[in-house]
Amino acid sequence: MVLNDGDVRNIAGLARLQIDEADIPRYVTKLSQVLDLVSQLSEINTRGVMPMAHPIDAVQRLRADEVTEKDQRERFQGIAPVVESGLYLVPKVIE
Amino acid sequence: MIELHARTVAGLARGLRDREYSATELTQHFLNRISSSNESLNAVITLTREQALAAASRADKRLAAGDAGPLTGIPLLHKDVFCTDGIRTSCGSKMLDTFIAPYDATVVAKLNAAGFVMLGKTNMDEFAMGSSNENSYYGSVRNPWDIERVPGGSSGGSAAAMAARLAPVTTGSDTGGSVRQPAAFCGVTGLKPTYGRISRYGMIAFASSLDQAGTFTADAQDAALVLNVMAGFDRRDSTSVDHPVPDYASTLDDGIGGLRIGMPREFFDEGLDDGVAAQVQAAIKQLEALGASVKEITLPSMKASVATYYVVASAECSSNLSRMDGVRFGYRCRNPRDLADLYTRSRGEGFGAEVKRRIMTGTYTLSAGFYDAYYLKAQKVRRVIADDFRQAFGDVDLIVGPTTPETAFKLGEKANDPIGMYLSDIYTIAVNLTGLPGMSIPCGFSQGLPVGLHLIGNVFDEARLLNVAHQYQRHTDWHRQIPERFQREGS
Repeated sequence: MVLNDGDVRNIAGLARLQIDEADIPRYVTKLSQVLDLVSQLSEINTRGVMPMAHPIDAVQRLRADEVTEKDQRERFQGIAPVVESGLYLVPKVIE
Repeated sequence: MIELHARTVAGLARGLRDREYSATELTQHFLNRISSSNESLNAVITLTREQALAAASRADKRLAAGDAGPLTGIPLLHKDVFCTDGIRTSCGSKMLDTFIAPYDATVVAKLNAAGFVMLGKTNMDEFAMGSSNENSYYGSVRNPWDIERVPGGSSGGSAAAMAARLAPVTTGSDTGGSVRQPAAFCGVTGLKPTYGRISRYGMIAFASSLDQAGTFTADAQDAALVLNVMAGFDRRDSTSVDHPVPDYASTLDDGIGGLRIGMPREFFDEGLDDGVAAQVQAAIKQLEALGASVKEITLPSMKASVATYYVVASAECSSNLSRMDGVRFGYRCRNPRDLADLYTRSRGEGFGAEVKRRIMTGTYTLSAGFYDAYYLKAQKVRRVIADDFRQAFGDVDLIVGPTTPETAFKLGEKANDPIGMYLSDIYTIAVNLTGLPGMSIPCGFSQGLPVGLHLIGNVFDEARLLNVAHQYQRHTDWHRQIPERFQREGS
């Protein structure tokens, strides 16, 4: 196995994902299988090769810094789980 | 008279112009088909009957007034990955089960403006991650050719709906094969254009450097007509490419004499089912008979494409899906203790198993100390693969092979085997990594199940793909086959 139980708990923590303790062995197995598959990458010689970020090597366009969207705050907040006075509510973070 | 659902988009548009039926009658016909057939397929997860009839009525007014476009009044279904203003856009996930999109995707807006009538939204693998449509919060989709089998994925609902003729055209998205693989499994024509050809604005992102919208249609002519509407630069998508859009229908009738076709040795290696190989070889012979010349080519690095894909796609998905945090939209867990609990439990409860696996794979490969070994290495291998294709296109105009190594598999068959599932996209994935346009067209049956012929073109060479597919379809009738139980009126 490429990973162990602790690795999986750590990755889930970084990804902000709650996973059941009982599922950890299954994640260990399946994620290790994926990483085994991924290890085939080492068979390809990439010395001197530039990483490819865009499939047709286009570069990001720039545009003028102008306001192009109108304010739709109420509409967008209409689909939020909890809002109050135009603010998104989450549990208290500062005591 | 040919029954309405057995006609193509082009044929239906002609009937609308000739007043053979109204857009409202056409819409009602397909709504009836969905009502009577969807239960066995689970292909449509949101039916927008009222909006559809209202849109059809507007189309009828445009047709009567003489200001209709060529495709005004044609019904369609959208994959639920496209945001539709005021209509649930779930992406196949519990996370977005209650998400009513506050705007239209550019694809949706363009098709609406052209007068298309949306009938509803189709089922899909959660966040477009999957190759069997078994990863949907709304349950598995069934293959119309054999309901014990998967339709492929992730656009399984759109492919199944097209195969059963629940709509004359359906939309999809293709990140590693999600249009072409289900098109092959369901025996329909699937098109994934060049990366950047169609705007991604409002198409919920899975892997931003790979995602591209596409279509399912009965034939290549319909794909050309719909691409004419969908293609083009969009200021709202910074990755859309500002490149002229030809009239894709205008070159369909060109002959293909002198066309140079490449057959990659790697596509006919071990792992390819004999029945699939036989149909694909026969299709290539047919293209030769139409005047094309065929030569064997090699894409030596293609074998690393699945590995490359699972690094790049997982990394990008872990980043894209971080926006699903239970704060601004989507699912929120009950009674969060604190902010960390809100995030982790909303995401833990809102995402399904495969999505969690991919997010975790991506999180791991992007984490401190591993970035160079995984992500950067994969981006380099990606260029090596792209160079293989570039070299191949120095000698040939088109690359052909099978779309998938086998025909549709049984539901549950690969559910516990992620690697086996991933390998069903082995021929399609490299096309996303390299940004090239690809198509799958029906080319026969193996033990009663459809086989897809995969056509891969050079960058922005969709017109040639469509031309070759159309010429093949003029001389074959595989694309006209409809599963028996879905042939009848109403079905």
